[in-house]
Amino acid sequence: MATKFINITLKIWRQQNSQSKGSLETYTLNKVSTDSSFLEMLDQLNEQLISDQKSPVAFDHDCREGICGMCSLYINGRAHGPATGTTTCQLHMRKFKDGETIYVEPWRSKAFPIVKDLVVDRSAFDRIQQAGGFISINTSGKTMDANAIPVPKQNADKAFEAAACIGCGACVAACKNSSAMLFVGAKVSQYALLPQGKVEAQERALNMVRQMDEEGFGNCTNTGACEVECPKGISIENIARMNREFLLAASKSNK
Amino acid sequence: MSIKTILNSSIVKKVWMALTGLFLCTFLVGHLAGNMQLVLKTGEEGRRAFNEYAYFMAHNPFIKVLSYVTYFSIIFHAFQGFYLTYQNKKARPQGYAYSKPAANSSLPSRYMAILGTLVLVFIVTHMANFWWKAKIKEDIPLHAYTVSIPGPMGQMQKQEFYYTHNLQLIPKNDEITVKNKTDLYMKSVNIKVAEGYVDLHTVVMDFFSPKQNEQAMFYVLLYVFSMCALAFHLWHGFASGFQSLGLNHRRYTPLIHSAGKLFAVIVPGMFALITILIYLK
Repeated sequence: MATKFINITLKIWRQQNSQSKGSLETYTLNKVSTDSSFLEMLDQLNEQLISDQKSPVAFDHDCREGICGMCSLYINGRAHGPATGTTTCQLHMRKFKDGETIYVEPWRSKAFPIVKDLVVDRSAFDRIQQAGGFISINTSGKTMDANAIPVPKQNADKAFEAAACIGCGACVAACKNSSAMLFVGAKVSQYALLPQGKVEAQERALNMVRQMDEEGFGNCTNTGACEVECPKGISIENIARMNREFLLAASKSNK
Repeated sequence: MSIKTILNSSIVKKVWMALTGLFLCTFLVGHLAGNMQLVLKTGEEGRRAFNEYAYFMAHNPFIKVLSYVTYFSIIFHAFQGFYLTYQNKKARPQGYAYSKPAANSSLPSRYMAILGTLVLVFIVTHMANFWWKAKIKEDIPLHAYTVSIPGPMGQMQKQEFYYTHNLQLIPKNDEITVKNKTDLYMKSVNIKVAEGYVDLHTVVMDFFSPKQNEQAMFYVLLYVFSMCALAFHLWHGFASGFQSLGLNHRRYTPLIHSAGKLFAVIVPGMFALITILIYLK
């Protein structure tokens, strides 16, 4: 495909810090290569802003190959933009038309406060993970052979699908209730399906859900928006599994 | 983890929504089966069938228990729903300037609270229309029918009789009084001679009949509109209930979704159709 250049108008959320009141600012950006990624386009905008002696737009990014979960952005009304199963860093400008106006907003959730411009604080996810998203068997030093514990293939597959979650928060951003159930469901499922995760299965479900509720995320109403917008295609089947795990744990656990 | 934390958790709250919601779905089936008596048989037969059904509903102790579970479910489902909506709104204090929710979710799934409110308003109206008359005011006359019998001179005379449980012919005259809603007493000796039926059938038929009720058209439209709201509510709610209970399976979930959509169209559709049929009668 031949490289094309397009001119676009950007409406970007600018906010000085967590306390200040932000607003949508309009920028025009010319000669954007359709081969560039969305983040490269923002880099190009920032170069333009810097040369104009203006403050560049703050946005999160890291690996730029769709696996780190750092990039976010609510682009033209959708989490990670219009492409399916794609993170913002993997979204290319060829998805946009010449002369198009593109809205870029941060994730909106009480539990994800804005740090600056498009950067939000997603440490709520870290605290949920810390509440139970781990196993306490030794995985370093004298490790057991991985195949010594038999794992049914279908469980391994489902656990792997759940483990594909990169914790980007698109599920929260897309959900009309800002619910984090797809993230927590994926994390609970990932371990619940494997024998190594069974030891703390009960406490994990209880503690992670409690932490999720404390962080101020909304309640799940099963709209299914999260699984559609998830760049890793995590299924809401994982939410149902978390519900089962939680209810079982609540009825069985002595803690 | 304390019982309070568990009961207040987002998952348990949704489980309660699912259990009460799915119970109310079974209530709808029972209610519809009863309403079918209004249209399956016509004339005096239909009147008898419906009033006998109404008597059964008012006097069976098991139904009594179920009715309290139903009242509780409606109130709980509504209030819990409002509370969840309030919490969910609070979870996103500032919305998006530009959002395309239609790209990832169905319309009914995003408007459950509004659809539910419409259904609640309907339930209150509907109870004021019928439940109030039958249960609180208790001013519905007993089921009586007129027959022509030959008099002493051979000419036909019209006489009114109560429709009773043992089909005993009890004339509707000054000698008979009604006690305890349906008991027919002989006034002079104060003895119960038979038990009649409250004529709820006529109340319902008259309510939707343009000849008897000037506002019949308005009520038919209101009922049909409300059934549309209920249909959209169930379109998402039926299958959503199973998901909340953790019942999701690659093999069965598509089936539950289809069954839910079928249920959402057929059950409210039949309720609406019955009011239209009575109106057109």
